[in-house]
Amino acid sequence: MRFVTLLLAVALQAQVTFERIRDSEQAQGNWLTYSGNYAGHRHSPLKELTPANVASLKPAWIYQFETGENEVSPLVVDGVMYVTAPNFAAALDVRTGRALWTWNRPVPKDLKTLGFGRVNRGAAILGDTIFVGTLDAYLVALDARSGAVRWQAQVADYRTGHCITAAPLALRDKVIVGISGGEAGIRGFVDAYDAKTGKRAWRHWTVPAPGEPGSETWSGDAWKTGGAPTWVTGAYDPELDLVFWGTGNPGPDWNGDVRPGDNLYSCSLLAIEAATGKRRWHFQFTPHDTHDWDAVQVPMLIETTVRGRLRKVVATPNRNAFYYLLDRASGEFLLAAPFAKQTWAKGMDARGRPIVLPDTEPSEGGTLVWPSLQGATNWFSPSYDAASNQVFVSVREMGAYYHKGEAAYKPGTLFTAGGERALRGDKAFGAIRALDAGSGKQKWEFRLHSPPWAGVLSTAGGLVFGGSGEGNFYALDAMTGKPLWDFQTGNGIACNPISYLVDGKQYVAIAAGHVLIAFRR
Amino acid sequence: MLAIALLFLGGAGVSAQTPEDVNQGKKLYLGHCSPCHGQTGTGGRGPNLAQPRLKHGASEEAIADVIKNGIAGTEMPGAWQLSDREAALMAAYVRSLGRVERADLPGDAVAGRRVFERSGCGQCHIVNGEGVAMGPELTEIGVRRNAEYTREAIVHPGAAVPESYLYVEITTAAGRTVSGQRVNEDSFTIQIRDSTGRYHSFRKQEMKEVCKFAGRSAMPSYQGRLGEAELDNLVAYLASLRGEP
Repeated sequence: MRFVTLLLAVALQAQVTFERIRDSEQAQGNWLTYSGNYAGHRHSPLKELTPANVASLKPAWIYQFETGENEVSPLVVDGVMYVTAPNFAAALDVRTGRALWTWNRPVPKDLKTLGFGRVNRGAAILGDTIFVGTLDAYLVALDARSGAVRWQAQVADYRTGHCITAAPLALRDKVIVGISGGEAGIRGFVDAYDAKTGKRAWRHWTVPAPGEPGSETWSGDAWKTGGAPTWVTGAYDPELDLVFWGTGNPGPDWNGDVRPGDNLYSCSLLAIEAATGKRRWHFQFTPHDTHDWDAVQVPMLIETTVRGRLRKVVATPNRNAFYYLLDRASGEFLLAAPFAKQTWAKGMDARGRPIVLPDTEPSEGGTLVWPSLQGATNWFSPSYDAASNQVFVSVREMGAYYHKGEAAYKPGTLFTAGGERALRGDKAFGAIRALDAGSGKQKWEFRLHSPPWAGVLSTAGGLVFGGSGEGNFYALDAMTGKPLWDFQTGNGIACNPISYLVDGKQYVAIAAGHVLIAFRR
Repeated sequence: MLAIALLFLGGAGVSAQTPEDVNQGKKLYLGHCSPCHGQTGTGGRGPNLAQPRLKHGASEEAIADVIKNGIAGTEMPGAWQLSDREAALMAAYVRSLGRVERADLPGDAVAGRRVFERSGCGQCHIVNGEGVAMGPELTEIGVRRNAEYTREAIVHPGAAVPESYLYVEITTAAGRTVSGQRVNEDSFTIQIRDSTGRYHSFRKQEMKEVCKFAGRSAMPSYQGRLGEAELDNLVAYLASLRGEP
């Protein structure tokens, strides 16, 4: 009888309902969606680790992947951690890191990842099903208890440079997924799939076809290879039932001559109705981008006072070096403040359109502009602490000579038309910056030796965790930026930390190269 | 006849490149390779290609094979859609990125070797396994650097110090001063090697100050210490060091 009760308890626990994810602040100890909550905060409500005791943090266990470049942000559900790598997923025991099951999907021999690394940034969970995207552009549903495949949906054809690296976002009865391929001349989209069947519920094209709204910002056939990929997980507002998803660069990246116009909806934030896939509003951060400044940072849905008025907004530090606030319901531009060195815009007009400085376009000989094409920040997550109303962001301080090349589209090959020569080494550096969420004003900075590829996690205990390009995993005081603890992982870190509870103890986990390390006091 | 013709073409390969071929190779490189390997091949997401010996490309043929088929287990994709000729042109360009070809130089390499030995260069540089590894190894310096660069480095060593040889001076919280080459640095620690070859590791929190001397080399200038003919000979000797038996 006791055995039956136990089994039942486990079965119930393994059900991750939409409500559980929505109310994740109350589900202390778990990490149920990519950013920890639908609002994209990557902030843990856990308080055990504090500035006073974090110095005693040490590794509890290490999990080794077979592949060496891991960017996963794990999920933690009722004693099980779900991790992913390219075409791979595993369930791990949170106490020991031992694998409970693994799943593999062969990578096609002729697969090319055009313009980015072979990575996977994580899974989504809904009910008792795990959802993971693959390099060959499938969305796969796995039984959370065994790793058995429930369904596989082909999202796109990998042979044209389409690829999935982002973690899906599961909500209500759907799984939302974005696509990579902005350097391969794809036409971008955001897709929704029925969580039970894998049937496509809607597709939202991020580049309009002739006649559709926004098509006037393209000419000729340029829209067909217009890019605007959607390769980083978005956020979701259950009240508005809106999905917020960023889009990447127009194609080709660095030669805009072949695509005159603003090139909507590239380098934009889209507010999409979860039920229908219809666009409610859009905001384009970088019209007619020629610097590869994808707007693919995780948008943060926050409530803050902007110029004296409390508002529900979307906050996002953009790759183009400006921190933006937009009204969440309407997309109205509220604020843009630089959070890193930038030499391309004089400022913004009243509607948030950048006033672009002359001589900042890529050229044959190279044009020096800050930030570099990797941006002032990139796909790695920012975090938001509502208690102190601070946004924490990993910043890349790096300039680059932008080169313009010739553009010729050939399916399944790079369609970039140029590149950059970045100012590397001691000419560049990185930082973690704390911004006042309502104004974008910097409150503190922790300087990093080089521009980072790791996101941040803030915690209710008053800490900010981050990773460095030289392998340091570290904790800062969230109020001052003072370094409190660091650990050398042995490989440059390119992922986002998470935090969760095991047996009442707070853990923090980070992947670095081949390994995932779980730390506790 | 056909076989002979093919052989002939194969033999000609890309070593008999026209300027248009070189230009074409460069164009292909910029379009396909530079997003990861950089505009000048010095690397980025992908490794530095501007070096004389590539791990996966010992010859032009091997590089062309990598371009066509990629490298399994890495992020290097294969470009199956390229023609063999296009891959060969790209390979020739990639190989040229980090390779200095042999040139006619005024000096005498044999005499230059004696200058090298007499001037104590081996006290800080290794050539073919002999010497001390304070400065860069010079076993294949002739492939890496051209004669003008080498001459400048001898006369004005501070003119182009690689970041991997950055000279730093550290003052600890206790007031001790240690100087040498920076071996590693991250946001929390720094490791340096002093002039005796000893390694020192510091946590930044324990340091009062780090001074970085970007234009300073640990190598003394040989300006005025060598005559013009000696300098010519030394440069010729260094140019002859191509890592080949």
